[in-house]
Order: sequence, then C-alpha cells, then structure tokens
Amino acid sequence: MSHMRPQDILLPNAAGLCCKPGGFHIDPVRPVDRAVITHGHSDHARAGHGAVLATQETLDMMRLRYGENFAGSTQAIRYGEEIRLGDVCVKFHPAGHVLGSAQIAVICKDTCIVASGDYKDAPDPTCTPFELVPCDVFITEATFGLPVFRHGDAADEVKKLLASVALFPERAHLVGAYSLGKAQRVIALLRRSGYDAPIYLHGAMEKITEYYQSRGIELGELRPVKGMKKAALAGTITLAPPSATSDLWTRRFPDPVTAFASGWMRVRARARQRGVELPLVISDHADWDGLTATIGATGAGEVWVTHGQEDALVHWCRSRGLKAQPLDLVGYGDEEESEVPIPGEAEA
Amino acid sequence: MNRFAELLDRLAYEPGRNNKLRLITGYFREASDPDRGYALAALTGALSFKHAKPALIRDLIAARTDEVLFGLSYDYVGDLSETVALMWPKAPLAAHNNPPPPTLTEVVTTLRTLGKTELPKQLERWLDELDETGRWALLKLVTGSLRIGISARLAKTAAAALGDKDPHEVELIWPGLAPPYLDLFAWLEGRAEKPVNRDPAPFRPVMLAHAIEDTDFAALDPADYIAEWKWDGIRVQAVAGRDDRGHITGRLYSRTGEDITGSFPDLVPSLRLPGAIDGELLILREGRVQSFNVLQQRLNRKVVSPKLIKEFPIHLRAYDLLGDDENDLRELPFAERRERLETFIAKLDDPRINLSPTVRFASWEALTAARADPASAGAGEDADAVEGVMLKRRDAPYLPGRPKGQWWKWKRDPHIIDAVLMYAQRGHGKRSSYYSDYTFGVWTGGNGGDELVPVGKAYFGFTDEELLQIDRFVRRNTTEKFGPVRHVVHEPDKGLVLEVAFEGLQRSPRHKSGVAMRFPRISRLRWDKPPREADRLETLERMLKAEPAEIDL
Repeated sequence: MSHMRPQDILLPNAAGLCCKPGGFHIDPVRPVDRAVITHGHSDHARAGHGAVLATQETLDMMRLRYGENFAGSTQAIRYGEEIRLGDVCVKFHPAGHVLGSAQIAVICKDTCIVASGDYKDAPDPTCTPFELVPCDVFITEATFGLPVFRHGDAADEVKKLLASVALFPERAHLVGAYSLGKAQRVIALLRRSGYDAPIYLHGAMEKITEYYQSRGIELGELRPVKGMKKAALAGTITLAPPSATSDLWTRRFPDPVTAFASGWMRVRARARQRGVELPLVISDHADWDGLTATIGATGAGEVWVTHGQEDALVHWCRSRGLKAQPLDLVGYGDEEESEVPIPGEAEA
Repeated sequence: MNRFAELLDRLAYEPGRNNKLRLITGYFREASDPDRGYALAALTGALSFKHAKPALIRDLIAARTDEVLFGLSYDYVGDLSETVALMWPKAPLAAHNNPPPPTLTEVVTTLRTLGKTELPKQLERWLDELDETGRWALLKLVTGSLRIGISARLAKTAAAALGDKDPHEVELIWPGLAPPYLDLFAWLEGRAEKPVNRDPAPFRPVMLAHAIEDTDFAALDPADYIAEWKWDGIRVQAVAGRDDRGHITGRLYSRTGEDITGSFPDLVPSLRLPGAIDGELLILREGRVQSFNVLQQRLNRKVVSPKLIKEFPIHLRAYDLLGDDENDLRELPFAERRERLETFIAKLDDPRINLSPTVRFASWEALTAARADPASAGAGEDADAVEGVMLKRRDAPYLPGRPKGQWWKWKRDPHIIDAVLMYAQRGHGKRSSYYSDYTFGVWTGGNGGDELVPVGKAYFGFTDEELLQIDRFVRRNTTEKFGPVRHVVHEPDKGLVLEVAFEGLQRSPRHKSGVAMRFPRISRLRWDKPPREADRLETLERMLKAEPAEIDL
C-alpha cells in the first residue's frame, strides 16, 4: 500500500469524524455502527450507537444519562491502552477536560493523527492531567480560539467567590456550572481553598456528582438544596446548571448573588447578557495560550481546527508555517449553552 | 491598581445599591492611603488629567499583535479597552526585571504630569505590569470612559459608612476637600478631627418631601401648613459667600450636591448677596415660565453658547433660605425662614431671582381646588409649569434627607393612557428571574391596517402581586425570544393592556413613534380591556401639541 494521506484515514461526514480504514466514527452526532467516544458531554457522547469504545468513566456517564441500553455493546479502554480496529490502531490519552476524557490517537502505518476532543492543559483536581501526544496531524477544538481568552488560575476565581460569600453573609451564592465536570471542579477547588461548609446542589447535578465521589474524588459534604428553608440558605453556596440560575427556581434563595463559572465569563458583554453578577472565569477548555502552546508542542505539521473560533486559530497556525484548515463538524458546541431548560421553566 | 480594578469590575456587575455600597466601603477598609483617596476621587469624578485617545490605544496594540487576530477579537468583544486588556501580550521580561504593578496613586500622579509624547511608553509599561482586570481599569481610566453606574453621592455615602457617619456630614465638608482625602479618611477612622470646610459657598444637604396619599390628610391640620407651587424645573441650591479676601463667590448646586455653576454662568452675577437659597431653576420668557422640555435644552451641554443663554434665559424661583450672610437658618421654623427669604429677595432685587408665591388655603378642599386649577389660584399664565403643590409644616426646621411628616408633595394627576404590552425583558438583581421591564405601544395606521408602535418602557409602578401576574402572563404568552427579550402576544383580541401614567411628553426623532414620555410607570393592569380598545398615537400627538415645540440650536 502506498503512503496514506491523513484525509484517507479520518474525514468528516454527516455523522461526524469518520475513520474509513478503521470502520468507526469519533464522537458521532448520529447513530453509527461503531463509535469511539472522547468524553461524556452530551454533544460528544450520544445514545443509539451499535458498539461504543470509550473509557470506563465515559461509559458510566453515558449509562447514567441514557440508561442501561444506550448502546448495542460497549468496550472500556484505559489511558495508554492500544486497540486495533480494522486497519488502524487507536490509543487513548488523558485530555484533562473532565473525568474520563480522552484524546484519541489514530495510527495507520506511519501516520499518527490525534483527535483531541475537548481538552485543557490547566490543572484540575477532578481528572487526570492532559498528556501531550506527539503526532503528524493534530485535531484541535477552538472553543476559546481567540487571543482574548486567557483564563488565569481557577483557584483565584474561587477566592473571588469566597470573598463575596464573606462580604454578603446574608445572601445566598448561586453558582451556575455545567453539571458534568465543571460543578465538581468548582466544588473540589472550594475544598482546596479551605471551604468546609456543606455545599448545596441543584437536583440535576446530584447523580453525576455522586458518581464523581464514587470514583474517589473528594468533594466534602454535599446536600440537596431541595426542601431547604429560604432563610437557612443565607451565606451558603449552591451549584446549579446555568439555565437554572436565571429562572423561577432562584426565588427559593435569599437575595441570591448569581455567579457563573465559565470561560465565557472572560468577556464582559457575555456575562452581562446572562445577568451574571459574579463572573468566575473557570474553563474546562484550553484557553488561547493553551491551544497555541499545545499545537506547537505536538510537533504536528498539520492542524485541523473544529468547533469554536476556527478562523483565528487557523490564521495563527498558518502564520507559524503550519498547514491548517477548519474542519466543518456540526453538532458540537458549548455544552453550557445547549443544556436543556429545567422542568418548571414554562410554569409560573 | 489591581485591587481598585477588582472593585470596578465587581461594581460593573452588581445591580443593587446597597450591595454596591458594601463593596465600596469594603474596599476603603482594605485599601490604604493614598490609594483609596484616589479611588474615591475616581468614583466621584474628581480626578483630572488629559485623556488618552482611542487611536493611541489602537497603535499600542497594533505594535504588539497580529492585525487579523486583533480584528477578530475586537469584533467578538465589541469594546476597545476590553479587547486590548484581554489580549495584551506581555513583553518577555528578564527574570530580574519584573517590576510590581503600579499602584493607583502612581498611575494618577504620573498621568497628571506626564507629557503627551511620554504617554505611549508609559502606558505600555503599565499594561505589561498589570493583570487583565487591571489593564481594563487602566484603559477605562486613561480614556475617560469609566462608566460603572456609580454616582458621586454613592461613593461619598460608602466613605461615610467607613466611620458610621451620616453621608450628609461628608457632603457638608466635601467642597473643602481634595484628593487623596487623607484628612477625610483620618476623621472617618477616628484618628483626627473632622476637616473644616473652608469653602466660602458650600453645599448644604437638601431636604426632600414625601408624596402625600389621600389617607394622610385626615391626620393633618391645614393651619399647621404653608402651601406653595411645585414648579416643574430643576431643584437647586444657589449659594453665595465671601472668600478670605472678601470677594463674593457664587455657586449653583444640584440637589445631590453636584456643582453645576458652569452650566449656568448667566445666573452667577445674580448670586451677589451672601446666603443660600433653596429654589427651582426655570426658563422664563417674557416673564412666563416655560415647560420642562424647554429647560431640558439647556442641560448637559458641553458648551454654553451666548445664543443658548439668550434664547433660554435662566431664572431662579426661591422656596427657602438656608443661610443669610454668616447666619445658618436651618434650625429656624419654616415660617420664620420664609419671612427671612422674602426680605432677602426684596433686598437682592434681581430680575433673575424671585419668590415662589405661597398658595392661600383654609381647608383641604380649598387646596384641592387650587391644585386642580392653579391658573385661578394665583399661578396665572404659569399654571402649565406647575407640577403640583408642596405642603410644608410651619414649624419644620430644614432637615437633610426625607424626614417624616415635615414636607409633603402633592402632584397634579399625571397623564394616563392605555397601552398594549409588546415586549418584556428580565430585570436585574432581585428581579433577575422576573420579566419586569415592559415595552408598550399604542395603535397607529400602518400599511396593512392598524398596528402597534412602541411608545415607551416602564419597569415600576406595579405591586409585587401585579409583577407576579404580569410575569406569568409573559411566560405563557411569549411568541418569540431574542436573548433576554420576549415578544409578548399583542393582537387586537389577544394581549395585555397596561394603564400607563406619565408626567409629560416630548417629540423624539429617536423613537419610531416620534414621541418620548417622561417618567412613565404602570398604574394599573387592564385585564378587562381588549387590546383593540387601547389608545392611539393620535391621542399622544394631541397632547404633544399642547407642549411647545422643540427649538433647534
């Protein structure tokens, strides 16, 4: 067989990123026979595939969300483990995005392509740190692919939250955070900075948070917020899905301070648009410096840029002499924005 | 600088007044002198230095970043200072050459003396030394666009809270203070005596009235009160005093203590008798009081041209006398102050300053009649500029703030129209889960028959219970969502009619309807009324004709 071009190995089609020689799709958005999944967020991990290959944590999260029969069959793979699929080998490496998240290296003959899914190179006490994988072609996300997105130390943002709790002891602090990953990271960061009071949870995040605890992640004392008296919530911190923090549900809290933990909070207009009073710049995605540093360090000569601000990142790669192109994959985006509204939205 | 920047950042997001106060007071407690003093100056608008132009900021970022990346970023962020603050790439510094970020004091004092040619290099150094928030605040400060929704009054109140002082006390000594206010903070922290206000023409905290309700009258005796017209102008305090050399200084203050003398230089020569008048600023043409709309033409002008002064002759109508030469009259009963005022105005004998007449009445019925028809009760041709009547207890001393039972305002009935709710938006702070900002419209003839045209926005006037009802209605009758805005059903037979009360109407080319309301609020919910029966734009246009036309300058 002659030398294979990268696009002969991986190519986007309607279902997602397709590996023809391996007979599978990575993070397909439509049901396929064989899916290889990077992580458990709902825009990457969907139900209804024939066979699913993913880390144990990702499979567990899919089971939590979709029920036992979310796929025809499943196979768990560990970080560093290599599996042959058709004419290619796939190997999973930690992506540092959320618990169980992986970059997938697809190796065919002497060409290595890394599909990194969503990733971050910043420290996170709730998941295995990002691992740099040298490769020929690097497929990167571009959620925060603009140089205005520089996320700083998440621990400092948590300090900001605690300073606000100290300043307003009679108010409740309501932190909007995506249920899978972000919420647990915020809780873990709060614990690391010495906050040991009970932390309250919106019902929608109880199951997934319990799962994190079952995997040995220390989150301290957590309580459901449901059934709490309004006055008893003064001075407390509650985590809730972002969509809940601006709705009727918030009326159970005494004069709530609405916080939101997200990389988007870096931009003021974005925070204001959501009515956020305390923006916390805490991201589960690499920021601009993280993206560019990672791209450089992989040694890849070619970069494919998916979901997010592709233009800027492609421009940056080209200005560095790298071959780069946007990869038009539909169906991925900001999990936080696409989260379904909580029940009760329609009622008064 | 970074700590001050943090404060600004937090304030920019905090909607609640009390919470803003807590944040600012918290900062004053933590920060040290002279930084906090310069912060107070920045918040009260007391800093002065030449501002940097946006073009300079653009040049700085262009020298550091890729043009395409800057363009894409600016497009996304939409604000120059913020874009630059966020994407500023720090210069690669040698490990030993890592200077600490500048303090606010350093920034302010340097900017005061820095030459124009040195500014770019200096800004670049600071941008390298500060963090994102610090850079944002720095750029907002140097470009003079520090808009964070804080009034000078609020900042002073926060300072007063540091020492559990009444904000009026700070207001009283404020004109004699200068940044960085070391003496003020020393007093607030109990380390020194109260600073003395050596200002020859200081502001005195203003006394305000409560709105009277129908049920209040039963407990009030007409004999205890003096009534006067409430003029629809701007409440001011006109103060004149002698400086050390015996020269007269005249100043005009807004009711919040802001020095607005510069906007009304034509009134200054009339402030030549030492004393402090509480009065209303009005435009008089041929002795006749003009409407508030006319007065508005003189407000917020950068340049007060001779033409403006000539066409909008300013006038002061006096209500009260707080100081007569060296004597503080505020402890005296109102009846006595009123006598002193009459003597003072007679002695001054100036065409630009006259006495606001009292309204004679023997019973509440008589006053009700006067209020309903000011023209026949002494206001004559000026009746249109009467906003209502004021009731002042004869024995009331002049007390700062809004003391109970001393002064009452009894406004004339507002204009009322029935309008249809068109769009609703979520409120802020406590109301962030409620649709509490309403855009309403009236009917007008369009291409395809009658259509609703928006005529105003209101976000108060309703009770908590009514807010719940409207909120429920909005959620159940949304036709479209645009970000935080909901389009609410508004058809001839489907929709919610709101009774809207407002104080006045003005022509406005900026509004599609061509009119703008003053002080609109929801006065009633008309669940009983189908939208087709709401008012028409023609009704508003007729009201407009009664108001004098806007004059172009």
